[in-house]
Amino acid sequence: MYKLLLCLRYLRTRYIALACIVSVMLGVATMIVVNSVMAGFSTEMRDRLHNFLADIVIESRGTAGIPNVDEQLRRVQECAGQYIAAMTPSIEVPGMVTFTDPYSRESYTLPIEIHGIDPEGKAAVGPLKDYLDSYNAIVEDGVVVRPALRSSDVPLGWELTPQGQEHYELVQERKRMFLDEASQSGAFPPVMDRTTESIPDDPVFDSVDATESGDTLDAPGDPGTVLTDATGDKDAAAEQSPEMMFEDYKLPVGSTASEPARIYIGEGLVSFFVKNQQTGRQQKVMMVEPGDDVIVSTITAQTPPEVTKFQATVVDSFHSGMSEIDSRIVLMNIKALQQNRGMHLDDAITSIHIRLKDYADAEKALAALEQAFPPGQVTIRTWEEKQGLLLSAVEVETAILNVLLFLIIAVAGFGILAIFYMIVVEKTRDIGILKSLGASSSGVMSIFLSYGLALGVVGSSAGVMLGLLFVHYINEIEDLLSWLTGRKVFDEKIYYFFEIPTSISPWMVISVALGAIAIAVLASILPARRAAALHPVRALRFE
Amino acid sequence: MNDIHRMTPPLISAEAISRSYLKGQHKVPVLRGAGLSAHRGEFVSVIGQSGSGKSTLLHVMGLLDSPDVGEVRLEGNRIDNLSAAARDQLRNHVFGFIFQFYHLLPELSLLENVMAPLMIRHSIIDFWRKRKATRDAALEMLEQVGLSHRVHHRPSELSGGEMQRGAIARALIGKPEILLADEPTGNLDAETGRDIMELLNRLNQEQQLTIVMVTHDEAIAAQAHRTVRLQQGQIQRVLHEEAA
Ligand SMILES: Nc1ncnc2c1ncn2[C@@H]1O[C@H](COP(=O)(O)OP(=O)(O)OP(=O)(O)O)[C@@H](O)[C@H]1O
Ligand SMILES: [Mg+2]
Repeated sequence: MYKLLLCLRYLRTRYIALACIVSVMLGVATMIVVNSVMAGFSTEMRDRLHNFLADIVIESRGTAGIPNVDEQLRRVQECAGQYIAAMTPSIEVPGMVTFTDPYSRESYTLPIEIHGIDPEGKAAVGPLKDYLDSYNAIVEDGVVVRPALRSSDVPLGWELTPQGQEHYELVQERKRMFLDEASQSGAFPPVMDRTTESIPDDPVFDSVDATESGDTLDAPGDPGTVLTDATGDKDAAAEQSPEMMFEDYKLPVGSTASEPARIYIGEGLVSFFVKNQQTGRQQKVMMVEPGDDVIVSTITAQTPPEVTKFQATVVDSFHSGMSEIDSRIVLMNIKALQQNRGMHLDDAITSIHIRLKDYADAEKALAALEQAFPPGQVTIRTWEEKQGLLLSAVEVETAILNVLLFLIIAVAGFGILAIFYMIVVEKTRDIGILKSLGASSSGVMSIFLSYGLALGVVGSSAGVMLGLLFVHYINEIEDLLSWLTGRKVFDEKIYYFFEIPTSISPWMVISVALGAIAIAVLASILPARRAAALHPVRALRFE
Repeated sequence: MNDIHRMTPPLISAEAISRSYLKGQHKVPVLRGAGLSAHRGEFVSVIGQSGSGKSTLLHVMGLLDSPDVGEVRLEGNRIDNLSAAARDQLRNHVFGFIFQFYHLLPELSLLENVMAPLMIRHSIIDFWRKRKATRDAALEMLEQVGLSHRVHHRPSELSGGEMQRGAIARALIGKPEILLADEPTGNLDAETGRDIMELLNRLNQEQQLTIVMVTHDEAIAAQAHRTVRLQQGQIQRVLHEEAA
């Protein structure tokens, strides 16, 4: 009884104990916040990866692919049909994309992965419409700067939007003019582009405002204005031959495809962010937009492969929220890719994406598929296995972070140890008195153990509450911090999230709280043992 | 000394106690075969110079310290070699301590201090069941020592005499058989010292409480039935004896 009473009294009268409670509280709160945010990020990231990848992916070993798509699909359906909700064939090959930045007029060639897809099929295994820009409004800092161009019930396809079509025609018109002029005079043609419009004013250009792009049509007629406007550019440009400079305007030679190549381009490949001087907002600037032509290079399916390049019209750009995907992948119509790679002869594909009815059946479906396909021809993996490296990196990161954060609580534990030691020394005489009154050593020990337990429990519960509150109001706190510091703490443009994603797992909260309590108790063991071992007479004589 | 006392074993007896302390490398003997006994209802006082080992003897008798050589007996049964748990029990049930510096627990109120031995004796549940009775007993004890008006004060808010009376109340609440008092008046003025002595005498007479009291004031020691002197680690001679 005296144990409890003294423990409570010490708790109430020792303000130093408050320091222990606060340190435990902060440790627990930090761990909960960090874990929730990490879990939020990782769940969100997994979702996005998963959505783009479907559940199971069958891939051919080589880039030549496997022939007879219908035959393959039938085989899949036969062996694992009961698990499958949807599937779609696709061709996935490495390649390059070349485009010209309209602002710097520099030509970029970037490595990409070309996915030849059937849009409806792709949409059946993952949410493609959610990613395509034409189906979604563009929102900047919570302000809709452009409404969706297509309503969500418009079927997916490779058609341009009216705005894109207009832009496309404009580009074609310029191309014709340039080629005509170049062949007639050989003179350096006027640079006619969106460049005459000031970049800072309106980097989101033409397609947003069709009339504006219409105006630029007049510009090429008057080379003088343009040249004075862009004198700096003129010198640089003059050193290049027109062919070099406008190479991407020429039709690539040797394109055998009857199907015109059309692509959805990953937004990360062709965009960058600038700060709008007027609004102070980060604005996304697209270097390529629907209606533009780019050059796609890849390899043919034959052995050894040959490089092939062809012109492709950008129909749309997509944004999945994973920069891994958005700055690497170009989606293309599968027929055109087949033809350009020479795969149309045997109707070959390189992979099949499968969405399962229930992902819990993944193992069974995998086993069934492995039976049906001869080993060595294809690799069959779940999306998790395919993204194993990235996912495990995140897991390792979380684990390391947890270890580090637990060290914080351990530091709090050492604080408790030191403070308890102090209290034991301070209370030495009282311990002697208690023993002279007949208190046992274990009784004295339990005073300090329960003291530690009480500190742990109080600190943990306060920490849990603080942590949960913080997580709950994390976006408000972020706004406040942004406002205080004057700059965005959490930039959605960089992280692709409009809100900080969080996910609280009760198990995590409980284990963090229990861990902190355990540390507090552990830290009090040593001082408690010391108190218990005190010799009553020596304790009484202690001054 | 009374004849009856010679026939029965004394209530408490310390026989040929030797105790030495290590001071650095040197072994400094404090007690060298000191023996002291008290019969039930007897009031014995021990006097001696400062540092002669009076407190040490008292601690050994009260099982707070253990002798190097010698035995402590309670009604003839050896108790100094019992297990730690048994000695804790004896301290709680049989002995009551009063210290020169009162030694009240500063975090507890006077009432709680007085109840402390009973809190230690009983488990939480037992204590909770008996809390009313315990409280009443403590209040009555405080009444006896004349502190009814200071029940909820903290020790720091009490005077020295009040604290010592509180300590006496605490020593008595567990209904001990032997009261061991280590210079109970040492830090008090003569007047207050007299009050305390009066209280002890009354307890001794009315409740037949056995008291062993250490002091260096011969006048105070003279109020006991019997006074012994501790010198050079031994009980030197009986200074005075009076028939009970
Ligand atoms: N724990 C200890 N370690 C070393 N020496 C000790 C210890 N306890 C007591 N002593 C020594 O033993 C001797 C006797 O001490 P004790 O307290 O019994 O004397 P005392 O007679 O009570 O003196 P006083 O009248 O001043 O209270 C002293 O010299 C003291 O220094
Ligand atoms: Mg002394």
